Amino acid sequence: MYYLWVFLIGGFICMLGEVLLIYTNITSARILVTFVLIGVLLQAFGIFDPISQIARAGINVPIIGFGASLAKGAIMAAQSKGLIGAFTGGLETTAGGIAAAILFAFIFALIFRSKTKS
Amino acid sequence: MQVDEKKRNEAYNRYVKAKIPKTKPWPSLFNSFLVGGIICCLGQGINDLILIWFPNMSEQTAWAYTLITLIFIAAFLTGIGIYDKIGKFAGGGSIVPITGFSNSITSPAIEFKHEGIIYGICVKMFTIAGPVIVCGVVSSIIVGIIYLFI
Repeated sequence: MYYLWVFLIGGFICMLGEVLLIYTNITSARILVTFVLIGVLLQAFGIFDPISQIARAGINVPIIGFGASLAKGAIMAAQSKGLIGAFTGGLETTAGGIAAAILFAFIFALIFRSKTKS
Repeated sequence: MQVDEKKRNEAYNRYVKAKIPKTKPWPSLFNSFLVGGIICCLGQGINDLILIWFPNMSEQTAWAYTLITLIFIAAFLTGIGIYDKIGKFAGGGSIVPITGFSNSITSPAIEFKHEGIIYGICVKMFTIAGPVIVCGVVSSIIVGIIYLFI
């Protein structure tokens, strides 16, 4: 049953991105940056976890979840390790995603050719 | 000269406005809603499967594997040229999920392959992902430092 919430909230967030795309003509890089910052803010004010309880993948799969886990890692590590935690925590929790994206992009760039010209 | 330039700019702006492809708002909003929702449901499905197969895994690790799987799928679809087609149909629905992040890294990497491995793939990989990571890291460090003093 919670798949309905996942679909509705995930779809709504993606629709917000499309609204930005249509009405402000901003580039996809700015959209991604905007949503990451929204995620960081949601986590900083402690709103992300309550939403995540209901929305699950609906808010974790959009790039908002990436920003939120950056902020979450930084906050938790800062509270347990002190100042150095604020620096190490964010990338620690998101390292898997970033490293995977780099690795797969590198491998597939070696394998495949650009499709736009053909 | 000044007037001429003004007139030319106006004419140019009119020209650009006429040439920009007009997307009808409602169908594209619906498409992005649909595709975004489906991608999120796919993520939830992968997460549930991982937790069924590995019941002892912590929630955070399961999410990391879920995102890595989605990133892999998106990078592969970008490689075989399908993700661009999805993107044309879905717009924001294919940019906002983590799959869009993966696409934004893989796509320029493939595009600039002909400029070599170092200056093509490795450099161009971060044209879109770079700003995302920079803004995310800077803001998260600021938030972390603020939480030190609360």
